[in-house]
Amino acid sequence: MRLLISGLLGMMFSLSTMAAPITAAEQQPLNLHAIAMFFLFVLGTLVITWWAARQTHSTADFYTAGGGISGFQNGLAIAGDYMSAATLLGLSSMVFAKGYDGFVYTIGFFVGWPLITFLMAERLRNLGRFTFADIVSYRLDQTKIRTFAALGSLTVVCCYLIVQMVGAGQLIKLLFGLDYSIAVMVVGLLMLVYVLFGGMIATTWVQIIKAVLLLAGGTTLALMALSRFDFSLENLAVKAVEAHKIGWDIMGPGSMLDNPINVASMSLGLLFGIAGLPHILMRFFTVPNAKEARKSVFYATGFIGFFFLVVMILGFTSIVIVGTDPQFFVGGNTQGALIGGGNMVAMHLAKAVGGNLFLGFLSAVAFATILAVVSGLALAGASAISHDLYAKVIKKGQATEQQEMRVTRVATVGLGIVAILLGILFEKMNVAFLVGLTFGVAASTNFPVLIMAMYWKDLTTRGALWGGFAGLVSALVLVVLSPAVWVTVLGHEKAIFPYDHPALFSMPLAFAVIILVSKLDRSRQAELERSAYDDQFVRAQTGLGAAAAVNH
Amino acid sequence: MSSDSTQRANCCQQIRTNPKFQLLVKERAQLAWSLTLLVLGLYFLYMIVVAAIPSVLHTPLQEGGHLTWGIPIAATIIVFSWLMTGLYVRRANTRFDQLSQSVLEETRV
Repeated sequence: MRLLISGLLGMMFSLSTMAAPITAAEQQPLNLHAIAMFFLFVLGTLVITWWAARQTHSTADFYTAGGGISGFQNGLAIAGDYMSAATLLGLSSMVFAKGYDGFVYTIGFFVGWPLITFLMAERLRNLGRFTFADIVSYRLDQTKIRTFAALGSLTVVCCYLIVQMVGAGQLIKLLFGLDYSIAVMVVGLLMLVYVLFGGMIATTWVQIIKAVLLLAGGTTLALMALSRFDFSLENLAVKAVEAHKIGWDIMGPGSMLDNPINVASMSLGLLFGIAGLPHILMRFFTVPNAKEARKSVFYATGFIGFFFLVVMILGFTSIVIVGTDPQFFVGGNTQGALIGGGNMVAMHLAKAVGGNLFLGFLSAVAFATILAVVSGLALAGASAISHDLYAKVIKKGQATEQQEMRVTRVATVGLGIVAILLGILFEKMNVAFLVGLTFGVAASTNFPVLIMAMYWKDLTTRGALWGGFAGLVSALVLVVLSPAVWVTVLGHEKAIFPYDHPALFSMPLAFAVIILVSKLDRSRQAELERSAYDDQFVRAQTGLGAAAAVNH
Repeated sequence: MSSDSTQRANCCQQIRTNPKFQLLVKERAQLAWSLTLLVLGLYFLYMIVVAAIPSVLHTPLQEGGHLTWGIPIAATIIVFSWLMTGLYVRRANTRFDQLSQSVLEETRV
């Protein structure tokens, strides 16, 4: 999952009263170290894109790197998808502000991964080829289900793209001192180059490089920070309790009881939303077989878990190192607001222990992170348009490879333009609600339909459509009625739906409707769909007939 | 095309009736679902403790110390659930893949 900075932060703001929203970010003076290092990253990735472009010949190369990515590489790429600027900056700021409560959230961000390993990874690989719609429509009506799945994918992709673009603009304004709209355009254009020419091969490698940089940067930062405490956690705890406003309360859970239903709804959305994000699901088709698919989640889960532990250390050490240093506070007042807003904790820590050069490095990594996320999203969106809507629905599977590739490229350019325009349009908006929407829709539309298609024999086209739409519509309506839209955006006094995350309500509704409508479906079509499950089941278990890898 | 699909149906029929396939399905389901319950159960248990009896996590590891039980417990949940994915992947990549390979080999086209 790729959470963008303002997104995750927005989500946290809605749960806590942490700091001023990121939209208040002030433009900073030009940061030349950061710009130079980011330039190096871009240069490196462009060379990779050029290399990838020479290997991208077919639609399989473009969508899934020909299935030629190894489990370890794909594990890094998946971890890269999940370890975004938001996890680095957002979670460390969370720990900085609230202490142990930050740990509780972090664990919530993590536990979805083991479940994907146990229940989904191998089936995804065995049943799918390019998009998750391949799996859902395996035995259901191609036209209707693919249209629906493409709609679900595009909704998630567009919401998330906006969140990412707005976050990129704000973050870059802060870290690099560049103008917001220039930042948005740079992200949009680089993404276009990666995806358009290098397809999945380039996108995957950009993601891998970024993941390695982020892991290395985060670990180095944590070690440098810990060295100030002689690598003793007890020592760190003593000083952190001394330094923090709420003192001893940072060492245990605190304000979780304030709104347990919102927390439950958020964790449910996170837990199952991951398994409904099209750009994450797509990663499972880039490996040669189910064995590598399993390995890739194992590596990904390991990297993500390790990174989260590192982030917790960053948050805790910041309490002492950043929290007591007047140079990081507005007006030098350590009781007041942090310079650059509440999300800049990890960046300040980088400056405190590693100087301007390390700060520049970490800023460049944060920018690279957003770029890699946006590219994955664009690729997922483009494949929903060209593979699902154009090749399978409009052309009924009769499109030639050249035609499909042409549509993919047009779709990518279209998505790039839309992303830049929406990014600029939403500059002043608080986009927190879009994160609720992204995960709400992913968990209540894509995930229920996908998991039922894989596991439940009695699923029918009618059930999947009704249930999927019930999840989609209820998630949309609940988000509109939630405080993030009803109060913050529309300016009403009091929200009609009191929680920011709809999943606790919309996901069970989707499942209920899927089951009810499928059970009541007595059509002949439904009979055929149920009887086709047995063959699908054999393929899911053994990989019989699954698409093989292409050699490069 | 139609002879192709009859052949496929025939194949699948053979596989389904193969006792090794039934064993594979049973073992995989048992392992996958019990690990799912274990990890989810552990997470929900933790969340219940967080919400209902937070003082447990707030107790110092040692008398007079500042590190609390909550910290190693949080780290353990992450590491433990990762090790469980390792367990599943290892079993699936050896035992389950062998079973499924021999099922495919025994299937006559």
